[in-house]
Amino acid sequence: MTPVITTNRLTKRFGDFVATDSLTFSVNQGEIFGFLGANGAGKTTAMRMLCGLSLPSSGDATIAGFDVYKQTEDIKKNIGYMSQKFSLYEDLTVLENIRFFGGIYGLNNRQIREKCDALINRLGMEDETGKLVASLPLGWKQKLSFSVAVLHDPKIVFLDEPTGGVDPVTRRQFWDLIYEAAARGVTIFVTTHYMDEAEYCNRISIMVDGKIEALDTPGNLKRQFRSESMDDVFYQLARKARRGD
Amino acid sequence: MQPIIVNSLNKTYGNGQVTAVKDVSFTVNENELFGLIGPDGAGKTSIFRILTTLLLADSGTAKVAGFDVVTGYREIRQRVGYMPGRFSLYPDLTIEENLAFFATIFDTSIEENYHLIRDIYIQIEPFKKRRAGKLSGGMKQKLALCCALIHKPEVLFLDEPTTGVDPVSRKEFWEMLGRLKSGGITILVSTPYMDEASLCDRIALMQSGSIMTIDTPEALTGSYPDPLFAISTEKASMPSILNALAQFEKTKSHYAFGEFAHASFTDKNLSADDIIGYLDSRGITNSRINLIKPTIEDRFIQLATQK
Amino acid sequence: MKQFLAFVRKEFAHVIRDRKTLLILFGMPVVQILIFGFALTNEVKNTSILIVDHAKDVASQQLITKIEASQYFEVQRSILSPHEINKAFQEGVVKVAVVFPVGFNESLKHENSASVQLLADASDPNTATTLTNYLGAIVEDFQSANNELNGTPYNISTETRMLYNPQLQGAHNFVPGVMALVLMLVCVMMTAVSIVREKETGTMEILLVSPFKPLLVIVSKAVPYLLLSLINVISILLLSVFVLDLPVKGSIILLFAESILFIITCLTMGIFISVKTSSQQVAMLISLMGMLLPTILFSGFMFPIENMPVALQIFSNVVPAKWFYIIVKSIMIKGMGFGGIWKESLILCLITLFLLVVSLKSFKIRLS
Repeated sequence: MTPVITTNRLTKRFGDFVATDSLTFSVNQGEIFGFLGANGAGKTTAMRMLCGLSLPSSGDATIAGFDVYKQTEDIKKNIGYMSQKFSLYEDLTVLENIRFFGGIYGLNNRQIREKCDALINRLGMEDETGKLVASLPLGWKQKLSFSVAVLHDPKIVFLDEPTGGVDPVTRRQFWDLIYEAAARGVTIFVTTHYMDEAEYCNRISIMVDGKIEALDTPGNLKRQFRSESMDDVFYQLARKARRGD
Repeated sequence: MQPIIVNSLNKTYGNGQVTAVKDVSFTVNENELFGLIGPDGAGKTSIFRILTTLLLADSGTAKVAGFDVVTGYREIRQRVGYMPGRFSLYPDLTIEENLAFFATIFDTSIEENYHLIRDIYIQIEPFKKRRAGKLSGGMKQKLALCCALIHKPEVLFLDEPTTGVDPVSRKEFWEMLGRLKSGGITILVSTPYMDEASLCDRIALMQSGSIMTIDTPEALTGSYPDPLFAISTEKASMPSILNALAQFEKTKSHYAFGEFAHASFTDKNLSADDIIGYLDSRGITNSRINLIKPTIEDRFIQLATQK
Repeated sequence: MKQFLAFVRKEFAHVIRDRKTLLILFGMPVVQILIFGFALTNEVKNTSILIVDHAKDVASQQLITKIEASQYFEVQRSILSPHEINKAFQEGVVKVAVVFPVGFNESLKHENSASVQLLADASDPNTATTLTNYLGAIVEDFQSANNELNGTPYNISTETRMLYNPQLQGAHNFVPGVMALVLMLVCVMMTAVSIVREKETGTMEILLVSPFKPLLVIVSKAVPYLLLSLINVISILLLSVFVLDLPVKGSIILLFAESILFIITCLTMGIFISVKTSSQQVAMLISLMGMLLPTILFSGFMFPIENMPVALQIFSNVVPAKWFYIIVKSIMIKGMGFGGIWKESLILCLITLFLLVVSLKSFKIRLS
């Protein structure tokens, strides 16, 4: 197993406020890593550092082999990112969105065409290519937006609450996409508020007040906390939180 | 009198291009906690806006607190509390100022109805001088609930109060709703989280603008048409179990559900051993299988996919 | 009433807590007055003037003293030849020169007429015109003073272009203009944006689902901006009186009353925009492009309306700022009473009434 994300005492301070406190963990290639925590626990801050969007205050991290201090541009080329809030341009069509993001990631026209066909095929969206993204149901948007995030074959995809508000059936279809990507060797780093989705991850970490309080496979965590469900594990840990966001 | 009566509501947007609400009818009884459960885009917010007199339906009628939503909008606006989906308080006013403002708007005062919100307000009172924009998601939610409650409404409308809120705050929020209901307020609440549905007295499962079914959570899960099995194994990955189930000719439905795969079968007499036997034959050994009580989410999936 | 006051209090809290906007609100009139007053004005101060006095007699000395006394010129005496005068202009040392002919006093006394030559650097035509106008005015002033003394009228007639502006101050034209501009900006844009913001943040939803009358929401939104605008009117007037030395000739009370009328016109315009739009950006754009631009173009304070094509002249009549500009000019500079401006006031009232009726008609008690 080759680690693609390693962090060592990664810390971010805003003035006196320690948003993330000495995060040390590693994620292996092809792993689905669940990154959980209550609102304000520091998940977003940590994600931003890992994506090369903000510099850590102290500590080290390498993402896909690149340093978060010096090689942020290389990091950005090797990761994909998708969040519930920013997905796609609503006023562009499906095809235009794919082409645009392909161009952003530096694919040439031939690559874009090939990827585009493959993607539309996989999602079964042949009839929707000319439709505006705004007119698609939320579940489709999220699936499309995930596929776009992995268009350039990144080593790691960061997913920030990708399935919020999506219906149970589509949510599972979304996870099928995640499994497929992981099987291709893409590392998945995902946050979610659905505890059943935590179970789909290979390993999960739970952040409380800026620190990682637990990190293991879902099975081991449940044993460790003598709980029936992940819900309960999370509740036991997050209840202790002192701060909100 | 039933505080909410909805009769064949229809609502479309963009000159009929997008159907938001399709022939929706339901009634809510006094002191009931009624949940509209469904994903984003199921039409929940449109129904809320029609009932709070903010939107006009294309067709159909609705009554809230005994008044028609079209002709009696003034009376309804005096009698209901409404908490819209997104955070809708003034971020530049403090907790206390927000609450005092909404109290005055409804012609009452914090002191007069303090007993109604005490349980909730007490948790955010230490921060009452803090501006609402600087609060955590859970605290914002509590403040918004206080603001919607301060005028002692007969009917409370809560549109996705727990969306984007972490599981701990969600749990606390639902505990508060339970207490409110016992205080004599009728509550209509919507949520995309299926696990919250079981905390309502009755629920309507919604998809694409229409209601698939309405019942108590127990009755809904109890009427699941087939025996439902939960399958797990530590030896094989979830995709491989699902893959094996997909190729079994007797499989009716199968999907991941947390650490388990849930599956139902066309042959109602199929036993757990039969299934273990099949999985063994596919190389998935040491599997455990249990007949389980379906959850709301199972029922939702069953209803949404049966067409 | 209690509800209304609570709403107004909340509105003030919004305004006061938004420090940046507050700074813009109160800083803008000051900055605009100062910019127009000192930087953009075509008024000239302390310009080097070359005096070529071939006469060297009583009359020329008197006139030179008078030029020296004005704040516009700094006199440099010289007895240079025409060739050297040219050189001084070419080098840019002076912008203007006055040449007195030999026997200036004699001509005045005996022929009742004399001439001085004014030379100006016309490479900057605006400045040149201004300077020669100033000089012309000083010369004229000198003549009339002498006329009174001597009783013998001089035979020189000068066309006076600054009928209501004897001190030749440029401030006269722009103070009313800036007032119109600032009030427009504060009232129209701020009101529109603050109402639309409630739509955007969703608080309008809650307000609609309350017994509070939707109409009151809008009225109470307007109150703080009415007061803020009055503060701006005061600060503009203080600046113009004490910094620009421009007194208010007419009644201050009338000026305030008319300002309030115009503020209300602007507020209804802001409300009208807010009723018709649903995002802050759109409201802001419409306020800027649809209201501010016409104010600058068609109020007559930057560009003379008389020179415009007829169609635009007709259009200028529906721009409220035009009427307010006329009103303020009449009160501040000409010192006129209500009798002279009732027509303009009536037009403003009618525009306000029209906007109010239209906004009320299109105000929605529901979403979309």
